[in-house]
Amino acid sequence: MISRMIDGVPRRALVLLVLMLAGLLIAPLVVDAYILSILILVLYFAYTGQAWNVMMGFAGQLSLGHSLYVGIAAYTAAALYVHFGIGPWTGVLPAIALSMGAGLVIGFLAFRFGISGVYFALLTIAFAEFTRVGFDHFAWVNGSGGFFLPVTQQAANDPLNLRGSPTMFYYILLAITVLAFLFCRWLLTGRIGYYWLAIREEPEAAQTLGINVFRYKMIAVAISSGMTALSGVFFAFYYNNLFPEQIFSMARSIELILGPIIGGVGSLFGPILGAVVLTALAEAVTEIMHALGYEIPGIKQVFYGICLLVVIIYLPHGIWPPLRKRLGLEDRS
Amino acid sequence: MPTELVLTVALQGILTGLVYGLMALGLSVIFGVVRVVNFAHGEMMTIASYGAIVAFAAWHIDPLVAMVPIAVILFAIGYAMQALLINPFINRPEHSQFILLAAVAIIMVNGLLMIFGPDARNVLVDYSLDSIEIGPLLVDKVRVITAAMALAITAVLFAFFKLSHTGKAIRACADNHLGALVVGLNVKQLYALTFGIGSACVGAAGAMMTLLIDTTPNIGPVFTLQAFVIVIIGGLGSMPGALLGGVLIGLSEAMSGLFFAPSAKTMFGVAILILVLLFRPQGLLGRKA
Repeated sequence: MISRMIDGVPRRALVLLVLMLAGLLIAPLVVDAYILSILILVLYFAYTGQAWNVMMGFAGQLSLGHSLYVGIAAYTAAALYVHFGIGPWTGVLPAIALSMGAGLVIGFLAFRFGISGVYFALLTIAFAEFTRVGFDHFAWVNGSGGFFLPVTQQAANDPLNLRGSPTMFYYILLAITVLAFLFCRWLLTGRIGYYWLAIREEPEAAQTLGINVFRYKMIAVAISSGMTALSGVFFAFYYNNLFPEQIFSMARSIELILGPIIGGVGSLFGPILGAVVLTALAEAVTEIMHALGYEIPGIKQVFYGICLLVVIIYLPHGIWPPLRKRLGLEDRS
Repeated sequence: MPTELVLTVALQGILTGLVYGLMALGLSVIFGVVRVVNFAHGEMMTIASYGAIVAFAAWHIDPLVAMVPIAVILFAIGYAMQALLINPFINRPEHSQFILLAAVAIIMVNGLLMIFGPDARNVLVDYSLDSIEIGPLLVDKVRVITAAMALAITAVLFAFFKLSHTGKAIRACADNHLGALVVGLNVKQLYALTFGIGSACVGAAGAMMTLLIDTTPNIGPVFTLQAFVIVIIGGLGSMPGALLGGVLIGLSEAMSGLFFAPSAKTMFGVAILILVLLFRPQGLLGRKA
């Protein structure tokens, strides 16, 4: 199994990956709290981007409503914790189940009724919006007033209840991101990865070859929504506050998918690179504007939008595929 | 609940819905021909709304008059967007087009935020509070006027696409891209023209909208979504469908505001959308692809 995963990967790429991981492992020891918070953000977007990539990059189904899965899972785990004292490591299971359930319902309806392309993307937005407004009126989790987790100052980290310092969150998230990376590599190099590739490129041909297109699309949706659920649970316990207006918003869905698209849809390292680039870009813009003394609201986002525009116009496949070629790190398998 | 009240609210909803319809018509025309979903549609409407607000504040021009130059300006913006940005993206995958327009939308929303700040603005003309009596019903005058204008503009557009040479050429591009190229139509230019026409529609709707609702930079994305919902219900690419979708959404918003909570109104629109997508994915008046 392991040989299958590293087959054809240049040795230099493996060395670089290990070095990067080592760097990330010692990072909290050397960086300050501000950089650590940014690294957490990067990992958050890298992981969620990876989850979205399973659906879009691998199986070719464009979802613009991934905030739905983040939101459902975040609310589930948070509500179980606040109302029943159920810890996040138990709460994550129903959270994943519910998110996956939502994904499967959307997938079933869409794929059974032959909805694809733009229509599928709009359907995913519609479900996210529907749920957003629903949660605005869901009194059990305080509706639009927001749902808060108790924040207590604790002397020691309590990983079992996901209460503790940013460093603890960082390591947990790092572990999840690494596992997701390996898991996706395992998926891609297996039979299912090739099936997805066939479905993405030519659904009719895939069907003709005897691939159960419906089943494999459903599996992609289930894996993607289930993985996304994990970032929802993390979000709830890291930020401690949830507002339907924010967590289910279309803007949030867009934010989640910018990383993988800018990094390179369908590649494994694309979502990670995209998360690094976009988060660094956003922070750099903030810093530069601050240093220049421009504090007009909106100017940051305008600049961010212009950068996005430039990348998408000049790098149609994202940053990673051309960069990989230049660095000579292409998969030879 | 008295019948008059229900009927009045329903009528108001339908009239507002016609203006929504005009806005969505722009999106529908663009998608029907260019096959690109304009994710910056609501944001373009907000630009038009701010144009009308500025024209009124600075020179006291009625938005119903200002909408003519505003539509022209929006036409130019749309034409330029298609010619410079979107034409090179025609053969790119959907997610690529999506990011392009999402980036444009981000720039538009925040550009407006930079210039006008986050406060809500509206236009109060002399007749803003007048109403018209129709039998036992009392209807806002502005709603009647704007709805009539929306219908008139749609009729003109319909005639343009059915009767004029250019309109027929544009429909030819929509029906058969390759065929249009073969008979020597300048498809890229016609695409830009179409995007311009769609933008002019949303421009006119945006100017009129200042009479009906308060404008903030952040309503852009809300109306983008609204426009999606409307055109999918009516049928993406169908002109009468956009109006019908607009009316249905206007009506459902008004009714949900009356019977449930006003804040739940989008839920009903989206619920209709989901049902339509599942049972009639081409939309109520759309043709099968």
